[in-house]
Amino acid sequence: MLTLGIDIGSASSKAVLLDNGTTVLAESVVEAGTGTSGRARVISELFEKAHISWSDIALTVATGYGRSSVKEADRQISEITCHARGIVFLRPSVRTVIDIGGQDAKSISLDERGEIKNFFMNDKCAAGTGRFLENMSRILEIGMGEMEKCHFRSTHPAHVSSTCAVFAESEIISLLSNGVERDDIVAGVHQSIAVRACALANRAGVVDDVVMCGGVARDGGVVDAISKNLGRNVYVAPNPQLTGALGAAVLAFEYAKRNGVSHEQ
Amino acid sequence: MNNEQASSKELLANYQAKLDEEAREAKKNGKLVCWSASVAPPEMCVTMDIAMVYPETHAAGIGARKGAVDMLDVASEKGYSVDNCSYARVNLGYMELLRQYAKTGVKPEKLANSPAADVPLPDLVITCNNICNTLLKWYENIAAELHIPCIVIDVPFNHTMPIPDYSKRYIVKQFEHAITQLEGITGRKFDYDRFLEVQKQTQRSVAQWKRIASFLKYKPSPLNGFDFFNYMALIVCARSRDYAEITFRKFADELEEKVKNGVFAFGDKEKSRVTWEGIAVWPYLSHTFKTLKGAGSLMTGSAYPGMWNLEYTPGDLMTMAEAYTRIYINTCLDNRASELASVAENGKCDGLLLHMNRSCKLMSVLNYQTAEAVKEKLGIPYVSFDGDQTDPGNFAPAQFDTRVQALCEMMKK
Repeated sequence: MLTLGIDIGSASSKAVLLDNGTTVLAESVVEAGTGTSGRARVISELFEKAHISWSDIALTVATGYGRSSVKEADRQISEITCHARGIVFLRPSVRTVIDIGGQDAKSISLDERGEIKNFFMNDKCAAGTGRFLENMSRILEIGMGEMEKCHFRSTHPAHVSSTCAVFAESEIISLLSNGVERDDIVAGVHQSIAVRACALANRAGVVDDVVMCGGVARDGGVVDAISKNLGRNVYVAPNPQLTGALGAAVLAFEYAKRNGVSHEQ
Repeated sequence: MNNEQASSKELLANYQAKLDEEAREAKKNGKLVCWSASVAPPEMCVTMDIAMVYPETHAAGIGARKGAVDMLDVASEKGYSVDNCSYARVNLGYMELLRQYAKTGVKPEKLANSPAADVPLPDLVITCNNICNTLLKWYENIAAELHIPCIVIDVPFNHTMPIPDYSKRYIVKQFEHAITQLEGITGRKFDYDRFLEVQKQTQRSVAQWKRIASFLKYKPSPLNGFDFFNYMALIVCARSRDYAEITFRKFADELEEKVKNGVFAFGDKEKSRVTWEGIAVWPYLSHTFKTLKGAGSLMTGSAYPGMWNLEYTPGDLMTMAEAYTRIYINTCLDNRASELASVAENGKCDGLLLHMNRSCKLMSVLNYQTAEAVKEKLGIPYVSFDGDQTDPGNFAPAQFDTRVQALCEMMKK
């Protein structure tokens, strides 16, 4: 039985195709989020990869900010539940999930059965989110993919104290004009994100294993800063951007099984 | 209007309009109009036959009718920071427009286009810091700008419970001082017999208000908690008048009838019940309600309307002082948590929804600690969302929806 998980986020659209709730058959990411062509593109890209069409799919769950735009979905489930389920699928021993996406930073605390005990999200502010990191990468003229290398080259991380994205921009400009090394500024930016994420995580309660997901987890510098802040090992979900969509596909399978749905029906 | 035949909803609309009309008439006839903080005691002013206007309720109405932004802009132009409470900013914006109108005789465009109920400028103000200290500076500011008297009922914060006698005695002195001030302002002696009658009336209104809340214990519930937010206007603005008593009695009777006939707020679609902690998001009242309704989640608990459960013994100022100081947000964390827990328990709630209100710092500051305590006691999950009572710019519908959906998913387990 094929189930589909679609995660339409603020910055990107993701889809995962799952076979019998166990095997990922195909996955797709389009760097365009809700309200864009991303939704349609990610679906057609996935279908092309897997050589399937809607009629092959038993059940679809949509998640993310744009979840209501996926009219084909049978169910819509919040990204909190989907990310948690996706991570539990990948690493059942997880108890703390730190998910940093384009406009959300959240920490989810899970119990032994992998069910959500509690979660905390950022307030209505870009600080500590992927958007913040994007802004900083633009000012520093360093590609998002390069940030990690800079971080590990840094010898004296700069102190970026502003949590506000606008204030941080001016702070970074002033650090640059004072001749502070770009690598050190990047490490400072990562540290600033880590402080925000760890505050959320500590509020929800940090218990091992800690797993990070969301697009920002692709930047190993942020992961390193969070790990140092928490004083714990932080695992990164494979394909961290896809855990929401994966969780949606898993939940779709569980729902289909519970309700006796199959693609023939 | 025939009160016997009118529905409680009609009574509510009628009395709200009547209160505003009375204030306008009072102004026209040279009688005094007082602007009052929502949980300041109205008993003294009503005894003195002063028309009352409640800026918080007025601002909430403007917010609910999508008229807040214009008033907030006027307040911004006057230099009020966006960090100030949006009730205060809406009111100070409205006041500024009323002043311009009074000065020039030309109705400013924003006032002419405003959905705000038409209320007159005050001749005096009365405020009380039992729900926040912003109310002190806000009302002092009105008084200073309009050169009118300001009556302050200063109420100490209750760091420990039960409330110590010295606090109550201090508040009684504040009441007595207010009476002296009112005698000075009106040039009339205070009528203590009438005061007693007004106190008795207040108690009759409060009793009916509490009677409405008692219907939240039914599962499924005949009462939609959001209705509380609507009917609240009268417990604020008319608790010392019979308007509130008549309306609430009718509403409670209607609810009684619904229970008898098996008519429930969500019919057979009540899947879960939540406690809403904090003030409503007035500009998004409908959105917040519909999101919850869409998830089958009925609001059957809120400590907010309970702030007006002002029970005391008429004729006994010590008990009246206690009533006006034991407002849950004027008390320590332990008491707040136990109040919220009993609200959630009475409403048979499955979860807590916390409004992190940019405008109401006092109400939001202990949200997490309170919710943790409730969770520990009742084992129910909670989520919070960022919002604002009247500034629509501080609320994001999509974020609210996600948090509510996550709460519902957690409650299901």
